[in-house]
Amino acid sequence: MSHIDKHKETFKEEAYELLGELETAFLELEESPDNRELVGRVFRAMHTIKGSGAMFGFDDIAEFMHDVETVFEQVRDGKIAVTKHLVNLGLSAKDQIRAMLDAYGGNEPADESRSTEIIAAFRKLISRDDKKSGAAKAAETGVSGETNCENIVYRIHFRPEKNIFMNGTNPIYLLNELKELGECRAIAHVDTIPPIHEINPEYCYTHWDIILTTGKGVDAIKDIFIFIADNCELNIKVVDGYCESDEAADNEKLGNILVDRGIISPDDIEKALSSQKRLGEILVDAEAVTNEGLRSALEEQSQIRDARKKRQTTETHSNIRVPAEKLDHFVDLVGELVILQQRLSRTASRQNDSELFAIAEEVERLTVELRDSAFSVRMVPIGMIFNKLKRLVRDLSDELGKETDMATDGGETELDKTVIDRLNDPLVHIIRNSIDHGIELPGAREASGKPGTGVIHLSAFHSGSSVIIQIRDDGRGIDTDIVRARAIEKGMVAANAELSEKECYALIFEPGFSTAKEVTSVSGRGVGMDVVKQTIDSLRGSIDVESKKGKGTTITITLPLTLAIIEGLQVEIGNEYFVLPLSAVEECIELTREEALKAKGRHITNVRGEIVPYIRLKDWFFLEGNSENIEQIVITRTGDRRVGFVVDRVVGEHQTVIKALGSVYKNVQGVSGATILGDGRVAMIIDIPHLIQAVEMEENSLCA
Amino acid sequence: MGKTIMTVDDSASIRQMVNFTLKDAGYDVIEAMDGKDALGKLNGASIHMLISDVNMPNMDGIELVRQLRAMPDYRFIPIIMLTTESQDTKKQEGKQAGATGWIVKPFKPEQLMAVVKKVLK
Repeated sequence: MSHIDKHKETFKEEAYELLGELETAFLELEESPDNRELVGRVFRAMHTIKGSGAMFGFDDIAEFMHDVETVFEQVRDGKIAVTKHLVNLGLSAKDQIRAMLDAYGGNEPADESRSTEIIAAFRKLISRDDKKSGAAKAAETGVSGETNCENIVYRIHFRPEKNIFMNGTNPIYLLNELKELGECRAIAHVDTIPPIHEINPEYCYTHWDIILTTGKGVDAIKDIFIFIADNCELNIKVVDGYCESDEAADNEKLGNILVDRGIISPDDIEKALSSQKRLGEILVDAEAVTNEGLRSALEEQSQIRDARKKRQTTETHSNIRVPAEKLDHFVDLVGELVILQQRLSRTASRQNDSELFAIAEEVERLTVELRDSAFSVRMVPIGMIFNKLKRLVRDLSDELGKETDMATDGGETELDKTVIDRLNDPLVHIIRNSIDHGIELPGAREASGKPGTGVIHLSAFHSGSSVIIQIRDDGRGIDTDIVRARAIEKGMVAANAELSEKECYALIFEPGFSTAKEVTSVSGRGVGMDVVKQTIDSLRGSIDVESKKGKGTTITITLPLTLAIIEGLQVEIGNEYFVLPLSAVEECIELTREEALKAKGRHITNVRGEIVPYIRLKDWFFLEGNSENIEQIVITRTGDRRVGFVVDRVVGEHQTVIKALGSVYKNVQGVSGATILGDGRVAMIIDIPHLIQAVEMEENSLCA
Repeated sequence: MGKTIMTVDDSASIRQMVNFTLKDAGYDVIEAMDGKDALGKLNGASIHMLISDVNMPNMDGIELVRQLRAMPDYRFIPIIMLTTESQDTKKQEGKQAGATGWIVKPFKPEQLMAVVKKVLK
């Protein structure tokens, strides 16, 4: 039974009880028609039936009762005498209500013509001058007061009566409510507060000027003050608004505002203007206006300005829909331009021509700006995906008999459209896993002291040049023992392998791993998380898992802002150039020949006490050329790991326009793309995580 | 700790609905059937707000407000009256007795909560 049905049942019981009471009261009233107490009982019973009936949807009863009640109100007030006729009418009304109630219980409907008859009889009794229009329903609740205007600036003068606290009103709450309507600044006038020994702490001495910028109408503001409409001075005035004529909009000069408020006269301004000081100061000095009065007027001035500015910008804010290909082409062209600009800068610095150099610098500045704005065009808020996922969470939990809420924040975080498009599937996989494996059934949750409804929290935020997306659930967490056992069973790790927590979690992303005892249609056959990792890797992002048994799991995805251009570190190896994504680079250190020899063939170096392995890119890519005595190591970090890359020379930062390699090169490991350098040469972009993985795999196979 | 609201109404169904709505929103509720019952149950107990019907046997809502406002403990608490549209004069009487505001019957649970949130923070 829903709550409302429960209330209805209670009302029916109550109404039958009241009808019984009505009957006894009427019968007694016939005996002693002057008994005021009896009349009161009759009236109250009717009043309750009417009021409660209307509350719970018994509209016919409430309506019928309205006129009957009016008559008995007049009886109570002594305007109508109790007669046998009245008692008869009252009893028949009572019977009619019972019939109407019975109809709700499944009996046949009450005779409507009988209702009309009784009502007509009652109406005849109502003394003429007291006839109330039933339509006088006060529209007191829920006046929405919406207007078509975006920003109207109101000036509200609010002076509550001194004893406003006595009826339980706190003016501060009202001001706070105003704040919820829009941009609001309240200036308290404290000049009316008496000296401390005269203060009665139970009185409110302050009054306020409030400047409010909102899209709501005057009614919405009045609604806030509805309970104390008679206990305060309330003055609401539109001082600037689209809906108003322009006449009101000319008021924004401080002097005009003060005059308009009746604080000063135009003469005061005349006088003040003849002096050289700022108008406001002069007026305060001259004590023509109090400090608060001036502050509130200044506030009004600034809000009007803001409101107008906003209106102007919204006017120009119109959108154009453009096909995505056009945008892609545009961004491609910008990429080409960046390459060309780099060539120009290079040539200019070579030729040592100061005029050409100046032009090159100018072009560079413009190109950077153009690049940034081209990218901003491609950015879309991630909230688009979040909304789709909400539905998924709902449907999935229903299917699995679980209760899951999804909370999101940072939906306004923007990411490149291509990234967003490819992010959908991984997120779906992760959330499916969270609901299927993470969130427990409501019973199990309650047994472990958690609320029955699980929560999946999806959030996105910027961090440097990356966007971080977190999926956090409060489910059972990842059980490392199960993960381990499973990995051993699948032959992914040796039976005696010692795994850290991190390494255990990493196993989840290995192909063919699945811990669910049964394969469900929801998380599939263990082809989820490895695909997720691949997709994230291909977006040059990284994925990280943190989990606490019994508490929940957090999956963190870090993604680059854009895929088209990155900041890179250009390095040289045996006459070839390579680019490492700068976001992964931590530092560059030197590697001397002696040091390399000291490590006895192991590729490790000591960075301030920490042992860091390194990869010789020259060896990996089979490049020619002898190593110099001093080489450079570029130390990079992916996740928690630091790995060095040995190169001949570090050239410097490079605006890297990423070009995809053709399908011929798709099997090349450790390279994510190529870029064109200023001199027209091609440089490979190193895919750090994949390169490390490839090197590790090779070493493992060598060891085995 | 949750805030405590006292509800006073002679209609069991309205009391049930109001109490249910308030409890659902996390408030503690003390119920009373009329003004006299309310005063008896209060007896110095600390409440944060009172919601009362106007027409009740034994002691009506107006008298209840008047008496409460005379007690130091209940001098400044928000008091909301439940009235019907035909009781404009009652509304005024209630205000004069010291009621903070009113809700016009019939009302929905959301309207009740809107008013509670307005006066009780």
